[in-house]
Amino acid sequence: MIKKEMIAMLLAGGQGSRLGVLTADVAKPAVAFGGKYRIIDFPLSNCINSGIDTVGVLTQYQPLRLNSHIGIGIPWDLDRNNGGVTVLPPYEKSNNSEWYTGTANAIYQNLRYMESYNPEYVLILSGDHIYKMDYEVMLDFHKENNADVTIATMPVPMEEASRFGIVIADSNKQITAFEEKPEKPRSNLASMGIYIFSWQVLKDALIAMKDEQSCDFGKHIIPYCFDNKKRLFAYEFNGYWKDVGTLGSYWEANMELIDLIPEFNLYEEYWKIYTKSDTIEPLYVASEGHCERSIIGDGTENYGYVQNSVIGSNVKIGRGAVIRDSIIMRDVVIGDNCTIDKSIIAENSQVGNGAVLGVGEEAPNVLNESVYSFGLVTIGEDSVIPDNVKIGKNTAITGVTVQEDYPDGMLASGGVIIKAGDRK
Amino acid sequence: MKAIGIILAGGNSKRMKELSRKRAISAMPIGGAYRCIDFALSNMSNSHIQTVAVLTQYNSRSLNEHLSSSKWWNFGRKQGGLYLFTPTVTAENSDWYRGTADAIYQNLDFLKRRHEPYVVITSGDCVYKLDFNKLLDYHIEKKADITVVCKDMMPNTDVGRYGVVRMNEDARIVEFEEKPLLAQSNTISTGIYVIRRRLLIELLEKSAEESRYDLVNDILIRYRNVKKIYGYKMTTYWSNVADIDDYFRTNMDFLRPEVRDYFFRQEPRVYSKVDDLPPAKFNVGSDVSNSLVASGCIVNGKVQNSVLFKQAFVGKNCVIKNSIILNDVYIGDNCYIENCIVESRGTLKPNTYYCGEDEIKIVSEKNDRYLF
Repeated sequence: MIKKEMIAMLLAGGQGSRLGVLTADVAKPAVAFGGKYRIIDFPLSNCINSGIDTVGVLTQYQPLRLNSHIGIGIPWDLDRNNGGVTVLPPYEKSNNSEWYTGTANAIYQNLRYMESYNPEYVLILSGDHIYKMDYEVMLDFHKENNADVTIATMPVPMEEASRFGIVIADSNKQITAFEEKPEKPRSNLASMGIYIFSWQVLKDALIAMKDEQSCDFGKHIIPYCFDNKKRLFAYEFNGYWKDVGTLGSYWEANMELIDLIPEFNLYEEYWKIYTKSDTIEPLYVASEGHCERSIIGDGTENYGYVQNSVIGSNVKIGRGAVIRDSIIMRDVVIGDNCTIDKSIIAENSQVGNGAVLGVGEEAPNVLNESVYSFGLVTIGEDSVIPDNVKIGKNTAITGVTVQEDYPDGMLASGGVIIKAGDRK
Repeated sequence: MKAIGIILAGGNSKRMKELSRKRAISAMPIGGAYRCIDFALSNMSNSHIQTVAVLTQYNSRSLNEHLSSSKWWNFGRKQGGLYLFTPTVTAENSDWYRGTADAIYQNLDFLKRRHEPYVVITSGDCVYKLDFNKLLDYHIEKKADITVVCKDMMPNTDVGRYGVVRMNEDARIVEFEEKPLLAQSNTISTGIYVIRRRLLIELLEKSAEESRYDLVNDILIRYRNVKKIYGYKMTTYWSNVADIDDYFRTNMDFLRPEVRDYFFRQEPRVYSKVDDLPPAKFNVGSDVSNSLVASGCIVNGKVQNSVLFKQAFVGKNCVIKNSIILNDVYIGDNCYIENCIVESRGTLKPNTYYCGEDEIKIVSEKNDRYLF
């Protein structure tokens, strides 16, 4: 019988609606990050670097990109005879077929997958954070404390603690109380949404709570374990950990990589981050090209001026183009003489010659003020921007747009053009 | 599949100077992210030749490391695979490979056990793309015994270090001279051959009996009037990396858009081992122009008309001109490097000056990397 000490269950089904048009067609974990990576590469690499070789990836929302990215797990060495990576979408049952209605419900629907590995511990991860973490150290902590549940936490500034789920622990790190976004926090340990369960405890809780609507770890399973006097411990993590849930934090986390010695360093030999590399050729900077304070992916051809930016693989940047403070994802073509400021341009898009992105004063977004803010221009994947148009701040565009979509050749700050169904 | 492949990768050349100390030519880094042998391997793979033997002899550590997994070139399947043959001591034989023919002869069992009718033989030290299926079709159509892939060199090229051939109007090779003092034509052999597997076995056994060990001299040239040897002209990019100047020029060729387009953009692709390196990083003060920069590089200085291979680090206020920086080189601050090839894993102290005056200079410096 197969026996794995610890297996990981990675929740990758969420849309990440606060990323706006970036996640219109892909799940958040499949969104590009840091030039050549995707967000899910970080938890997957953490798994293999921590010695976990069995990972179930739970998918639901727009899984195509995720499926093709993960494949059989070759980039992460997760192609195994026993275990390895398995993509777990919702499936039809003889009765009561349903989507994954909540994080714990998704795990519950895959009880048999977990059971087949006969694990002692199950690690629950989410696919939307950027961090490097050794889950084995957390497991050691779990074992030392003879815990039933260990919750990874990290200290946050006290003044920001009211934005997080806060745990309160005694001097032995045993959890004594939870507070969800408390007004007056009693601790600054924020839950990271990473849990280690002893298998039997998880199984019992999932079965007991199986009829709960939209069963969620934070809202239902953890309180259930707590109320049933299980031993819950807080593992304190003190490294870089970034939630990239909003366009602002996504943009910021990318920009942090450009620092001279970034807090989150991809250039260390230790704890490598793996990804599917389908482009391997070097990048080219032309005689008239310039790059400064930027990271640039393989195969990109730069004939323009790039500053403070994160550029993906296989991007083509035209002559006279100026790109500043922007994220350009793979396979994007930037026309000649464009000026692009503080923009996020998703995969396989095309920006026409002479287009100017990120001009003028900020104005609130007409569609969703809380999503499209931070002064960013956000362009969804497979989009086309015609020649010589001007685009203001806090804007969003997706689809193949033409001159007629831009009255007077301009999309004012706060504007939105969404041409659903039109793909390049 | 109709053919199996043999890649002759044992070669070394004095003309590669210090660069050949560390590795066989087939393992030389090319084009920023590749090794020389990647081109032959990718051609095999892209032509659906599934069984490929790589014959190595000279300092093969670097090559072995590169070939540690065959999956990058899509080998390692249930049908076929990538075989690495180095000389071994057996009950009958304890010699090194005494020549290219001997290298194959010593692994004759490999040839005998296969069932494919043809063998494609190529060397591991050439940069090119070729569809071997078209070559095979030509070979069959011509009813040839052996087909040699040939290339017309530019009129002013010194062809004296190649095998020079002359063909008749039917493309049959009527003259074949190895490294001629006075060349009769500017058509050369690229070292790529097709031959029937059984004929190859027969010729190798006969040559071995006569203590003849060289594929070109003892088979191609010796049999040119007895066997039907045809030439197949290739017109696309082909470069043989045999000396420092060739090596330098071949890498610099990748700065030309048409060469990059041919190898990087057009199908079929060239594959190589994946190193999982982060994207290249350009810090404040970096000023790169007309250069290739591979993944894992960190650039703080000025780089001009150069190729930076993987994981090169260029310090502040450096000037790198017209040079090739091989894998994992660390260049300290304020260095000046012009017309140089900096050997891989080298560490240059700050304020180092190197300039190749009349010829390309090879820089091989081993310093403690983390002392300064």
